[in-house]
Amino acid sequence: MSTVPIEIGHPSVQHWAEPGHADHRSFLRKYIFSTDHKVIGCQFLIMSLTFLLIGGLLAMLIRWQLGWPGTAVPGGAILGDAKAPGGIILPEFYNSLVTMHGTIMIFFAIMPLLVGVFGNWLIPLHVGAADMAFPRLNMASFWTALPAGVIMLSSFFVTGGSAAAGWTAYAPLSASPELSGVYMGQKLWCLSLIVLGFSSLMGAVNYITTIVNMRAPGMKWMRLPLPIWALFITAILVLLAIPVLTGALILLLFDQTIGTTFFLPKDGGQPLMWQHLFWYFGHPEVYILILPAMGIASEVISNGSRKPIFGYKFMVYAIVAIAFLGWIVWGHHMFQSGMNPLLGGAFMTSTMIIAVPSAIKVFNWLGTIYRGDIHFHVPMLNALAFVAMFVIGGLSGVFMASTPVDIYIHDTYFIVAHIHYVLFGGSLFAIFAGIYFWYPKFFGRMLNPTLGKIHFALTFVFYNAVFFPMHNLGLDGMMRRIYDPNQYEYLAQYQPMNTFISVSALLLGASQLIFLFNFLWSLRGGKKAPANPWNSNSLEWTLPSPPPHGNFPTMPTVYRGPYEYSVPGREADYWPQSEPPGEPERKAAHREEVHA
Amino acid sequence: MDWGWLMSEPASTFGSKIDSIYYVILVITGVIFVLVEGALIVFLLKYRHREGRRAEYSHGHTKLEAVWTIIPFILVMAIAWMSMDVWLEAKIADGHAPADALPLRVTAKQFEWNVTYPGPDEKLDTPDDFVKRNQLHLPVGRAVRVDLASEDVIHSFFLPVFRVKQDAVPGMVIPVWFEATKAGEYPLGCAELCGLGHYRMRGSVTVHEAAAFDSWVAEEGSAPAAETPAPADTTGGGAEAAEAAAAPGHDHQQPSSEGEGRA
Amino acid sequence: MSHGAAISATHPMEGMKVYNLKLGMWVFLLSEVMFFSSLIGAYIILRFAHPEQWAEPNVVLNVPLTGFNTFMLICSSVTMVKAFAAIEHGDQAGLRKWLIATIILGSAFVSIQVFEYIKLAHEGFVPVAARYAAEGGPLYGSTFYTMTGFHGAHVTIGVLALIFTTIKAFRGKYSATDYGGVEIMGLYWHFVDLVWIILFTIVYLI
Repeated sequence: MSTVPIEIGHPSVQHWAEPGHADHRSFLRKYIFSTDHKVIGCQFLIMSLTFLLIGGLLAMLIRWQLGWPGTAVPGGAILGDAKAPGGIILPEFYNSLVTMHGTIMIFFAIMPLLVGVFGNWLIPLHVGAADMAFPRLNMASFWTALPAGVIMLSSFFVTGGSAAAGWTAYAPLSASPELSGVYMGQKLWCLSLIVLGFSSLMGAVNYITTIVNMRAPGMKWMRLPLPIWALFITAILVLLAIPVLTGALILLLFDQTIGTTFFLPKDGGQPLMWQHLFWYFGHPEVYILILPAMGIASEVISNGSRKPIFGYKFMVYAIVAIAFLGWIVWGHHMFQSGMNPLLGGAFMTSTMIIAVPSAIKVFNWLGTIYRGDIHFHVPMLNALAFVAMFVIGGLSGVFMASTPVDIYIHDTYFIVAHIHYVLFGGSLFAIFAGIYFWYPKFFGRMLNPTLGKIHFALTFVFYNAVFFPMHNLGLDGMMRRIYDPNQYEYLAQYQPMNTFISVSALLLGASQLIFLFNFLWSLRGGKKAPANPWNSNSLEWTLPSPPPHGNFPTMPTVYRGPYEYSVPGREADYWPQSEPPGEPERKAAHREEVHA
Repeated sequence: MDWGWLMSEPASTFGSKIDSIYYVILVITGVIFVLVEGALIVFLLKYRHREGRRAEYSHGHTKLEAVWTIIPFILVMAIAWMSMDVWLEAKIADGHAPADALPLRVTAKQFEWNVTYPGPDEKLDTPDDFVKRNQLHLPVGRAVRVDLASEDVIHSFFLPVFRVKQDAVPGMVIPVWFEATKAGEYPLGCAELCGLGHYRMRGSVTVHEAAAFDSWVAEEGSAPAAETPAPADTTGGGAEAAEAAAAPGHDHQQPSSEGEGRA
Repeated sequence: MSHGAAISATHPMEGMKVYNLKLGMWVFLLSEVMFFSSLIGAYIILRFAHPEQWAEPNVVLNVPLTGFNTFMLICSSVTMVKAFAAIEHGDQAGLRKWLIATIILGSAFVSIQVFEYIKLAHEGFVPVAARYAAEGGPLYGSTFYTMTGFHGAHVTIGVLALIFTTIKAFRGKYSATDYGGVEIMGLYWHFVDLVWIILFTIVYLI
């Protein structure tokens, strides 16, 4: 190693903004090509909420077809004759809808919301840094993600339509245009996700470096807020999983363009190899989509209960265990794929074990609210819904982990219910909790709590009305991704249930307009946010809302963990991480030192 | 209409075993569900904020953590252990299928199921083989071994009432076995997205009494060639079939590659 | 790790005592490992499934020529180490000299690879299954070009980055106290070299 005792290349990023120093950056530098992590977080927020809206609209079309098969979507004629002549959705367009709904929601809504938005918003502020380790790389990350999204959306408008082989893009259907009828669309799909992979990679490098290297004095690993632990482990998963997807996508793209046969059985290619590569990425991806949500929920639940998080260390160990085990369970997506059944047995065992750390987390959340002083503010309501729904998603996972039961429910609506209980009931409720919680910090205004509560209540009710009956449809044998279940006599009798789900889905979609309105209206009309509206402990709440460019006026020093709520002997029921210990505490600490 | 959590009556031997594991998991997860969600609701009501309340200052409880690590671990391991037996029986049995199983060949392609029957001699690749499209006929009370293949993309051979599901992968021949326990008409569907006709890639399953099955085979085996689907080059008897059988290794159903067995 | 103590003195952070750029490069290289692992994994799966599509070593591929190329790439790692050692001691002339040597060796590697590609393509060894006309089968061609191609792209990017680093070196941007840019360039370059040694072994020799 080097012998030069100087901070070579050490980022002099820590330009602590001088208080009262005016910000002279141009509009373009401040809001468009900004290197400020807070602005980049907001850019990701706007981008991914837009994609959430688009993905939601695609879901509405899917539900229309399933609720009222073969009838014209109101106003659907604008989709054009190639997709929906006279508003009646064609089977090939239905496959596109299913594929693009999954792809957009996973890669362009939930993932950037959790990783892009909260990663950017929280990491530098929570560790006490002025910005990310590599601010320009951070900016590049957003400006790579956006074109990837544009490429994905553009595929709707090419001849042959967008990708239609499912978000999992199983080869050889995805690799052979003549069998899928999709030409340019599938190629754009691959290209878009390859480009997005670069964006994720830049983000991950930044997050890991920032968390490892730029923690303020006193911010020991075991004093990190749990969202940061979750994002740190998530960044490692992104870093290691995304390149595998990129590799697989490149091979798939070569099969479609230059005429290789990696996944085409014609010349010895292996269709199952796609599934192995895809799920080797795909299962860590599942945890990429839930770990940050768990971190956010932990933060909000501890705050809402005014109580330290129960078993902080176990929460951290559970995150690490999930991330580790997440690499050896990918085969549980492939029990019925033709993979060796003995391997299936092994994957069943590892999958069952991964349920344990998830259970630990749920019990610790219960332990946190137990004997708390629970304030039902809007973030708290959403975080509690996250716990309640994640329990259902976790328990339904056990059915599919059991290989024999999976024989029956694999590829049915049971899995559709399961994934939505985890990704909507889980991730999305935590995202809502996070947005309600940190919106004031980054936009300087409070979201309207009454509208927030109405939005929460309607979303919670309609969400369950949509997805809970899907378990039953799955148990009744309804396959996923079918355009018209009435083709099957034994499924035709469930049309009323499908219609019920579709009505609920439309209402669920409509309820989100309340959120949209609240979000936009509060930007100007919301109550001015104080520095610390939730009486919370982590470092960002010591700063004005929104924090200035460069964040902290002076380097903060951290004295304690982030969940010191209701400490006996203190009048306030919270204790900011950077508040120097008072005289009694200092004496106590001194006594301990002497005794040690 | 079934809004409940009961499974439809199974019609295969391991179907009821699969269902019983399902019910065991349903009870275990059901109890956990009620306990956890119940505790959540009780805590929320009991510890809601009121004037003067202050939360207990506690960072956790290591013994409790150990308890709720070990109990779920034991439960899931028990489920895995129970599942393993049935899984191995359903997927592997004695070398993929019971020895006396009736051999069939099902070849999927967009968007149909071609079933090759062995004919009266109960051997595939003999002159008396015949092919039916989207019609699976079986005897009751006898194990059936299906060699599952695909000509184009991945399909999934789904017999809900028999609790059978297996992907058909081009380039591979995957054995599937089951034994029907009740005569009747049942559905056959495709469970893996396979293209624009995926939703209508369905067939019917007819389970005959043993004697009725034999007479059905005899009748179909001697039916004119026109009965069989166009792409098939093995027909119900006749010169063409003899020719096909005479060419060793020739089989219109076999995929081009030699991916016998499993990956 | 002696400079670590200095960092924690001047920058009282709880960091890993490795400066950001270097840590960032290490982290990035981990993801590169996973990328090449996915390609190598696919190669292994395909080769095990269809060993008959692969020809014996040195039948289709020119092992002596590529062996020489491998030797050059290893030499370029040595010159890169020399460049780094030079700037550690503030030797600006040495830094420039060894960086240029690394660029020459890296460019020669890419050139020989391109030459090899052209020659192989003429012999019918192509990635396109339908036009494959060499010994073995199409999977041989497509995996070969994919793996060596992505490696070659990494070398090319490396050479471009080296040129950039050299320009900065000529402008005197590095010194005995500020050589982070040279060090991370070296990390990347050694990584690319290491990947090649693995690829050369499994693609050419086995």
